Amino acid sequence: MTINVAEGLARLAVRLGGEGARLDGAQRLSGGASMETWAFAIDGSNGREALILRHRSAPFDPETARSVSLATEAALIQACGANGALVPPVRHVCDAEDGLGEAYVMVAVEGETLGRKIVSDPRFDAVRGKLARQCGETLVPIHATPPPAGLKLKFSDAEGELDRYEDSYRASGAQRPILELAFQYLRARIPPKVEPILLHGDFRNGNIMFHPEKGVAAVLDWELAHVGDPAEDMGWICTNSWRFGRPDRPVGGFGDYADLLAGYEAAGGKPIELSRVRFWQMLGSLRWGVMCLGMYLSWSSGVTNSVERPMIGRRVSETEADLVVLLEEGL
Amino acid sequence: MITHPRTEELARAVAGWIDELRPSLDPRNAFLARVAVNVLGVIQRELTQGPAAEARAVEGMAGVLGHDGDFAELNAELCERIRAGELTVETPGLLAMLTMMAREQVAIDQPNYRPEGTPPP
Repeated sequence: MTINVAEGLARLAVRLGGEGARLDGAQRLSGGASMETWAFAIDGSNGREALILRHRSAPFDPETARSVSLATEAALIQACGANGALVPPVRHVCDAEDGLGEAYVMVAVEGETLGRKIVSDPRFDAVRGKLARQCGETLVPIHATPPPAGLKLKFSDAEGELDRYEDSYRASGAQRPILELAFQYLRARIPPKVEPILLHGDFRNGNIMFHPEKGVAAVLDWELAHVGDPAEDMGWICTNSWRFGRPDRPVGGFGDYADLLAGYEAAGGKPIELSRVRFWQMLGSLRWGVMCLGMYLSWSSGVTNSVERPMIGRRVSETEADLVVLLEEGL
Repeated sequence: MITHPRTEELARAVAGWIDELRPSLDPRNAFLARVAVNVLGVIQRELTQGPAAEARAVEGMAGVLGHDGDFAELNAELCERIRAGELTVETPGLLAMLTMMAREQVAIDQPNYRPEGTPPP
């Protein structure tokens, strides 16, 4: 069944804005093969309200999917928000009456998410130096949120992640010596186990709303939330693929490791060793390399037909160019 | 079998046409058109830089493995021996050779990518 999002939003305007409310503009912001984000506004009796719709456009299988359902995503955002995390307020979780399939609505948060702008736009010059520390602080209330009961979040540790990505890599049939070497290298250096906690799972520059004056405004894109090692969230934002052309600034292309770690500790987070973050950063490059292969496969196997997918397959080499440097430097 | 127009020139011509078309497209298709132009860029670079890069990769792999072969054979053997733990980061020449290969490939795939360790602009 094809869902007409524009029609659904018009119905939603009446439901959320009250009688006489109408939809005032709707624009698809981004979308992969399975998820769409729409910006829209409701003009109702309480004035104009700027909102965001997250909507799944392809069937979801909770058993095999890496991501959580959108209802789970909304529940996690609410739980973390109640614990003091910077999240976009959830306005409405869609049900059958909305005719939008699996979807929820959040309040639009003012700011910028485009990684390259955060890294290089002069509008962020004044605040840029504070962002790494803020990112460390931002993670603490997320990591301290008890996973809400009944959500069945997936668990993963370093060994499990390596197994999973190596399985995907083997299944792809690709033969990439640098990825092979990275798997071997990381397997020999798995850090000691820690108490698993709630992770955002996709905490990187690009998934964080930054305000040009205030800095971190909200953490977005919760679909990969799971339970695991807190250093995973820190390593991912340090992975060079998310530094947008500024590899000299390891945290998101805007800051230094020391600020990220100090912010985390100052906000009450259990101290994390840099070596552990670097392990997850390297695993992050390997993860992104395997994910890029997977996106190519989703095209070559005929699951999706967007030109974007095979092109992302050519991003494997960026992770290889990063991995060889990390292998040379050593953990 | 012919000298002109070269294949990379055909790719460049199509990229130019898509670029002209882009302003008239809706945001989603404008984005995909930009991706398509990038795809054609990869094709052009692979046609012009690929053969020499592959020859250097073959030479480098043959040096580390100690025998000759074609790209597919050497690459497969390299992967197998790394997986088996016979070749590691300690193996003389391995990382230097892999670094050369990675730099050459990224120069084709994303020439503007700044890998880990690149100094500030």
